[in-house]
Amino acid sequence: MLELIEQFNVLNAFWVTIKLAFFSAILALILGTIMAIFRLSPVGVLQRFGAAYVTIFRNTPLTLIILLCSLGLWGQLGFEPASRDSDTFIVDLNFRLAIIGLAVYHAAFVCEAIRSGVNTIPLGQAEASRSLGLGFLQGLREIILPQAFRGAITPLGNVLIALIKNTTVAVAIGVTEAAYALRNMMEFRPDVFLLNFLVIAIGFVILTLPTGLFISWASQKWVVRR
Amino acid sequence: MKRATFRLAGVLAASSLALAACGSDDGESDEAGSSEASGDGVTIGIKFDQPGLGLKSGEDYSGMDVDTAIAVAEELGYSEDQITWKESPSAQRETLLETGQVDMIFATYSITDERKEKVQFAGPYFVAGQDLLVSADSDIASLDDLDGKLLCSVTGSTSAQNVKDEIPGVQLQEYGTYSECVSQLANGTIDALTTDDTILAGYAAQDQYSGQLKVVGAPFSEEMYGVGLPKDSEQCVEINEIVAGFWEDGTMETIIEDNLGAADYTANPDLNPPADMGGHCG
Repeated sequence: MLELIEQFNVLNAFWVTIKLAFFSAILALILGTIMAIFRLSPVGVLQRFGAAYVTIFRNTPLTLIILLCSLGLWGQLGFEPASRDSDTFIVDLNFRLAIIGLAVYHAAFVCEAIRSGVNTIPLGQAEASRSLGLGFLQGLREIILPQAFRGAITPLGNVLIALIKNTTVAVAIGVTEAAYALRNMMEFRPDVFLLNFLVIAIGFVILTLPTGLFISWASQKWVVRR
Repeated sequence: MKRATFRLAGVLAASSLALAACGSDDGESDEAGSSEASGDGVTIGIKFDQPGLGLKSGEDYSGMDVDTAIAVAEELGYSEDQITWKESPSAQRETLLETGQVDMIFATYSITDERKEKVQFAGPYFVAGQDLLVSADSDIASLDDLDGKLLCSVTGSTSAQNVKDEIPGVQLQEYGTYSECVSQLANGTIDALTTDDTILAGYAAQDQYSGQLKVVGAPFSEEMYGVGLPKDSEQCVEINEIVAGFWEDGTMETIIEDNLGAADYTANPDLNPPADMGGHCG
């Protein structure tokens, strides 16, 4: 097993998985929060834009989005978020395109998670903030969003766990993460068929299990007691 | 309590039915395979997704491997409608032969020593080589011109890794299938695609890419395509003779011209007709 991990750089592959998950989680959180604000805003156009975003990206297969980032964004539109002169141009490019794809997809789920958090807040809070003279953004910043995030820790955590596992889709455009290692293992060591799966599965359990435990703990700790 | 038990029983029954359905499906195809193997038809494994070599479009099959298979089967006494085609992806080819699900395989099946431990090969009926596919106006003429360029291949491909080991300056883009590489090559975002020249020619010969892509024509490896047969098959020597006959009477040239001619592809004259025909049986 150790020999297998060494031969196929499984640790490096999981490090790429962690980096992919980390950066796309942050981007997805930002983008998803913006979309949630759009959906909560009193402006009709923004509401519909947010709703359209969620509907489109939540219902598109992730593989399609990731492939579109490579074949469409880069191939057709010539969008290159990496330097051509670099020795690691392809590696950087694929990594960043995969982050964009993962973030755009999971932002739709983040948006809905935050909206569910907003629904835990009694209507009186928004009314009170308005009667104190706070505007929409002020009320959002001071009253609604802080409570919404605390109420949405569990659904946001579920999105994060899904995101960590979904990073495996990035193998479709050649990012050298865990699923890439698995594909090479299957190609060159078919004799230890089951062990290959086991190694990768254990790796993901090591990543997701503590995440899940932390989320349960955090949602208990920061729950808004009413 | 009682209702919950009933529901649980219902779920169990439904799932066991579903599982049983899966099981019987497998069983059926297995049976069909083995009965045809011993009956009066022949089951031939080909690629379903390789333009110019073995391609299934609707109910039609086309490509060099398909035409060769039909010709060989005809010599063995099977008419075209006695052939049952079966998809044989690269990773499953040995298993398909060992379990008797196919009688023979024509699927860009390179003869290697590891594979010969599990199956036997008739032929080679064709010798291909690893080559490069580039856009028609590209100035890449050999492996050495790749330095600093972007090369495309599929995940887990040894051929691309070999190129990268030889020319460290090349950057490797890997996709799930060659189709994505070809589309990126046509876009101009990728400089070259590497694999067997027959596969490359098959893509270059597709209508939507006509005139846009070319095979460099400087192969740097030898891939001997053999007819995969189960170890216990007795047709190996017979197929060797048939294939040798096809090279003598020009049938092979016609087949290659029909399928890959649109890409100006001709068999490498140094390697074809294959020199060490036979010798891979048993």
